[in-house]
Amino acid sequence: MSTIPVPPPDRTPGTTDTPPARKRPGKTGGTVGVTQGGWFVRIAVAVTVLIWLIPAAGVLVTSFRGADDVRTTGWWSALWDPFGTDWTFENYRTALDSGGFANAFLNSLAVTVPATIMPIAVAAFAAYAFSWMEFRGRHLMFVLVVGLMVVPLQMALIPILRLFVGGAEIGGVRLFPDLDLNGSFLGIWLAHTAFGLPLATYLLRNYIGSLPSSIIESARIDGADNFTIFWRLIVPLSVPALAAFGIFQFLWVWNDLLVAYVFLGGTADTRVVTIALANLVGARGQNWQLLTSAAFITMVLPLVVFFSLQRYFVRGLTAGSVKG
Amino acid sequence: MTQTTTATAPEPSRAWTTVARIAAALAIPIGGFFVLGWLLDFLKDDDANRLVIAVVAIGAGVVGVFALFWAMDTIVDWLPARVRESFRPYVFVGPALAILAVFMVYPVVNTIVISFRDARGDEFVGLDNYEFVFTNTSMLRSIRNTFGWIVIVPLCGVTIGLLFAALADRLRRGEALAKSLIFLPMAISFVGASVTFRLIYDYRPEGFGTNIGLLNAIWMGLGNDPVAWLSQQPWNNLLLMAIMVWMQTGFAMVVLSAAIKSIPDEIIEAARIDGASEMQVFRRIIVPSIVPTIVVVTTYMVINAMKVFDIVFVMGNPESNGTEVIAERMIRWFFISNHDGRGAAIAVVLFVAIIPVMVWNVRKFREQEAMR
Repeated sequence: MSTIPVPPPDRTPGTTDTPPARKRPGKTGGTVGVTQGGWFVRIAVAVTVLIWLIPAAGVLVTSFRGADDVRTTGWWSALWDPFGTDWTFENYRTALDSGGFANAFLNSLAVTVPATIMPIAVAAFAAYAFSWMEFRGRHLMFVLVVGLMVVPLQMALIPILRLFVGGAEIGGVRLFPDLDLNGSFLGIWLAHTAFGLPLATYLLRNYIGSLPSSIIESARIDGADNFTIFWRLIVPLSVPALAAFGIFQFLWVWNDLLVAYVFLGGTADTRVVTIALANLVGARGQNWQLLTSAAFITMVLPLVVFFSLQRYFVRGLTAGSVKG
Repeated sequence: MTQTTTATAPEPSRAWTTVARIAAALAIPIGGFFVLGWLLDFLKDDDANRLVIAVVAIGAGVVGVFALFWAMDTIVDWLPARVRESFRPYVFVGPALAILAVFMVYPVVNTIVISFRDARGDEFVGLDNYEFVFTNTSMLRSIRNTFGWIVIVPLCGVTIGLLFAALADRLRRGEALAKSLIFLPMAISFVGASVTFRLIYDYRPEGFGTNIGLLNAIWMGLGNDPVAWLSQQPWNNLLLMAIMVWMQTGFAMVVLSAAIKSIPDEIIEAARIDGASEMQVFRRIIVPSIVPTIVVVTTYMVINAMKVFDIVFVMGNPESNGTEVIAERMIRWFFISNHDGRGAAIAVVLFVAIIPVMVWNVRKFREQEAMR
């Protein structure tokens, strides 16, 4: 939600594929005695990384251990004695089948993919109109849309739920039909689309508005209509911005508990992975081998998305904004 | 940037086109949603194969949006040529405005109205709900705790992130890898992170099995008795905050690292030639040059901490452990205790608390833009 003003958007630190953007003269450079990478620095960095990895390592190790081992010894003892440990995939099988995580995973996919694409599409069309089309109220509308970034989604939950369950009437006039959207995918897609739209419109307008006008002018002179310009020209040129926002939205929707809890609920046939995991914590909070394997199932897809598209993600963070 | 077609609409029909334009801007997307809703109705109660449903849902959701825009654009093409182009922009912005009107603007107004009503949202009760928010013991504790969250989480996250970014910047090799690993928890859900830390804080009383929690293992290794960490008031709040620090430090670190790298080399080299120590370079040059970024990162983390819900909810028993936070109370009152009025009042309080932070953020950002 906040905007992070960091000048060079194409420097992508933190990615594995780009070298450090700037090399200070090393010892062979001989300008000054820069203590680059002294022992203190290396040890401090290594210790911090280690501390940061320990929690996740505990989950990963526990999820592959047999139930008896998990009950009687801490997960770290499996690292001291890797061959005496009863390693197993059984926990994952249990979580996926009887834990219902296979279903929950599919539900999460069915929620997340459209809830990522829909706001991008809607916002991109709007951003194009806000940047390159003339119409009355354009600036006012844009300010209103961006201003909605202030609204915490907690504020919107109760009325939307009422809208989904009973529609809306004022003085006997039906303003919004009773679509009975509660517990449906369409309902949660629309909710996530709305919550993502202000930021998406803002980011994409900034990007699309900064494309060179000469390209769009020449396409217009060649007789292309707005839909064609948008589809053939704007969308391909905006891939970096679309991808950056897409990753945010994907991680946000996949990891969301609140919106899914409110609109899909906790029943076995519609629940998503975060809800299934939260339920499992409540029901079997001491069954660690099951809990950890279930937790890891919920993390797999975001981690894959994150690491494969990390370059865009970091670029989006540092050049643009983040969702709040 | 010159789109002149709007100006060509003849004068007499102007009032008519304005009305029709507004009507179309509303009618086209709403009609589209009806079609979408009707198409997807079966997805709701069908007990068929989940995989099939997931694929159909994805297909319908994705294709549906593009079909909607295409259909609207085509309908506009059938209109008389002189008004066609004045309708067109609303095809592009209409859906965004309609969705936001229904799912953001209306709810905000509605929540404010509900917050003055009773449990079922029927009777007007004046300020009763707000009185409850500011007098109930548990609510007051949630406000105190939230205040702790918005101070401690950003403070720890930004400090650790800044130090790590500055240190990693001086690594000869492995900077990218080290940063990726710190950044990794960003991809995990709050629920997943909560499970991760429950394993660390796990506690078994004497005689009920081995303590397999890492924290108790270390604590007992030092010769103490095991402790039920999550019910040690008020310190258990800090243990919950540690989860959020773990998750969000990576964010602060990546953004601050980018800012550090954008400081011109010459400045830092000049200071070193003048004999500044590394500590002085950090305190006198690096930190002052990236203050604007620190401000923005901090506000982002403050807002996130203000809205924290999942961690407290999943870690369990907020009331008996004294770990309530505002957003968690709201869900509690609305969904578990079924008191709409109180839930709405808590949401309004949260909203009002966020506004100044956002305004401050926007103002800082404006200053930044003006300076560039």
